[in-house]
Amino acid sequence: MKHTLSVLVENKPGVLNRISGLFARRGFNIDSLAVGETEDPKYSRMTIMVDGQDQPLEQVTKQLHKLINVIKITDLDPATSVDRELVLVKVKATAENRSEIMQIAEIFRAKIIDVSKTMLVIEVTGTREKVGAIMKLLRPFGIVELVRTGRVAMSRGTELT
Amino acid sequence: MNGATAILESLRREGVEVVFGYPGGSVIPLYDALYDFEIDHILTRHEQGAVHAADGYARASGKVGVCIATSGPGATNLTTGIANAYLDSVPLVAITGQVRTNLIGTDAFQEADIHGITLPIVKHSYLVKNAADLPSVLHEAFYIARTGRPGPVVVDIPVDLTIADVEYDPDGAQKIDLPGYRPTVKGHPKQIKAAAQAIAEAERPVIFAGGGVISAGGSEQLRELALHAHIPVTTSLTGIGSFPEDNEELSLGMLGMHGTRYANYAVTNCDLILGVGVRFDDRVTGRIAAFAPGAKVVHIDVDPAEISKNVAVDVPIVGDAKSVLADLLVQLKKHELSPERHLPWMRQVADWKKSHPMTFRREEDGEIMPEFVVKTISDITKGEAIICTEVGQNQMWAAQYSRVTRPRHFISSGGLGTMGFGFPASIGAKIARPDALVIDIAGDGSFQMNIQELGTAMNYRIPVKVCILNNQYLGMVRQWQDLFWNKRYSATCIACQPDFVKVAEAYGAQGFRATRADEVEEVLRVAFASDEPAVIDIRVKREANVWPMVPAGGAIDQMLGEEDR
Ligand SMILES: Cc1ncc(C[n+]2csc(CCOP(=O)(O)OP(=O)(O)O)c2C)c(N)n1
Repeated sequence: MKHTLSVLVENKPGVLNRISGLFARRGFNIDSLAVGETEDPKYSRMTIMVDGQDQPLEQVTKQLHKLINVIKITDLDPATSVDRELVLVKVKATAENRSEIMQIAEIFRAKIIDVSKTMLVIEVTGTREKVGAIMKLLRPFGIVELVRTGRVAMSRGTELT
Repeated sequence: MNGATAILESLRREGVEVVFGYPGGSVIPLYDALYDFEIDHILTRHEQGAVHAADGYARASGKVGVCIATSGPGATNLTTGIANAYLDSVPLVAITGQVRTNLIGTDAFQEADIHGITLPIVKHSYLVKNAADLPSVLHEAFYIARTGRPGPVVVDIPVDLTIADVEYDPDGAQKIDLPGYRPTVKGHPKQIKAAAQAIAEAERPVIFAGGGVISAGGSEQLRELALHAHIPVTTSLTGIGSFPEDNEELSLGMLGMHGTRYANYAVTNCDLILGVGVRFDDRVTGRIAAFAPGAKVVHIDVDPAEISKNVAVDVPIVGDAKSVLADLLVQLKKHELSPERHLPWMRQVADWKKSHPMTFRREEDGEIMPEFVVKTISDITKGEAIICTEVGQNQMWAAQYSRVTRPRHFISSGGLGTMGFGFPASIGAKIARPDALVIDIAGDGSFQMNIQELGTAMNYRIPVKVCILNNQYLGMVRQWQDLFWNKRYSATCIACQPDFVKVAEAYGAQGFRATRADEVEEVLRVAFASDEPAVIDIRVKREANVWPMVPAGGAIDQMLGEEDR
């Protein structure tokens, strides 16, 4: 099962290193990791997607808690949290199919952010599912390059993550 | 003051009296400040010696051990010792010099990323970038090293910071602000009640005590509880001394691969195991599925990550062993605990002790059995010496046949199993406890790994006694080859070795040798009576094996003994 961990850490050098190293050592693969400062520059928040299939996640969260710079860990429940990912995708486009691609982008509320003679760069924001769906439609045109930020997530409503 | 003095001032305020280290370019300013500072410095002959000595000092005293090394090779020479302290949860602060701030990342002369190298083997670490942070970082390092589950902290300090001007403000520097670090000390009252209930209901209870009891200073609480509830106690290797082994009725000695049969049988057949400050390491549990299969597991540990890591726990209690044991005793006293409640069990345990005692064969032709040496040491020191060990057979025999009655009197590399640990550790222990007789029970292989520390022992006249159980083999590996690899002794014969008596004498230490069983006691007595460092080369039966033994991955009640061969 995939888990989305939201980890609040002190904004100190080496913290990312400690955390990624710990996952590797304990045998967990990180699917994606997004990190940035929070509302308080003393702290950063990492959103980590990890596969907890083979081993229970508990051991790794406990080990994470032992890191001195880790303040809080939340295993976000998809039902009570929102998540987004931003993807940039470069697609082959010809004079003939360019408008078709632009229509697909529009349906998904994606933005065309660069146009050249033979390529389009599209920015997609959404859940993994939405990103997956548009990629499926774009693939036949020829995806040349793809970069993703990794998922960011937070709790819904008034609940703090 | 300059950064170097600020570092030492922080150490002084942390109560540091002695540091172990080795100088080099990036720590010259620090050593300059040490020159007339009130902290003693022990110059070892290798950085590995320094870190193990600091470790032994910490284990013998309960204080934080401190070591210093220069950047690059000095720092990398510390790594084995840091890993050793990490696995055995020993409070240590390792200060490493680093190249100048503006050279970091340029592959400068003697630059090594020790912060990065040690990430997986530290409790925490710092690469200090501003001289002004030095005092607060050092106080934080000590706080982290000694609180919660103790462990090593590395502080990497670029040399330019040590000559910069620093203001030492004692109040500001000693204020600890670590929002992500709040170790639990008090156990949860509800859990403690549940544990008391489970103990009171148990018909076949056993206590399994580990190094956590000793580091928490909870041995007295453990003793009171075991005596009050009348429960037998077995220990892990690092837990030796947490419970007095001269308690004939309740002490079961060590558990696990080379544990006593009666401890292994008791744990396998118990209906309740109270683990205190232990981590259920694989050398103890053997095959997990067969470990205490019918038992309710109560586990007290200060580190929540240890709970249910290896063995599923029924009643977890996170907290400091001393505090939790004291609270647990209060709760237990509310229960009716008649000694009759588990009489059949206690009879059974006594029976096992009688029918499977720890004994060894005595050779008739005067050959020296290694067990006999350890037992003689234990007898003539009345169990009052601090016993350090190397790693291998010597370590297991030391664990099996030393009768340790007090905490911090058995010092051994448990988790990492580091050959070469015992001798420098004994030097550290002797500095911590100058009143105590400190003995390193060694193998000839292990001793040669840090034999250069004879220089340190002589330099400062630290009269430790190295008793080599000399079998001219890397004995423990040879034993596995003997039992499981058709006696193909690949790379384990080390009969080419120096004359250890002459080596000792060359350093100016005393050297002794015993080649026959009837010489052992006398030689030991003479060596122990002197005020000099001494090496005692005891020629033991070369192919003696450690018994009993649980083959790796086996159930712990399925032990091989000499009779099975
Ligand atoms: C640094 C290190 N290298 C290798 C080993 C593997 N090892 C474990 S026990 C042992 C043999 C130890 O020989 P010795 O010190 O002579 O002790 P003995 O077993 O003969 O008592 C070895 C090589 C180790 N534990 N530590």
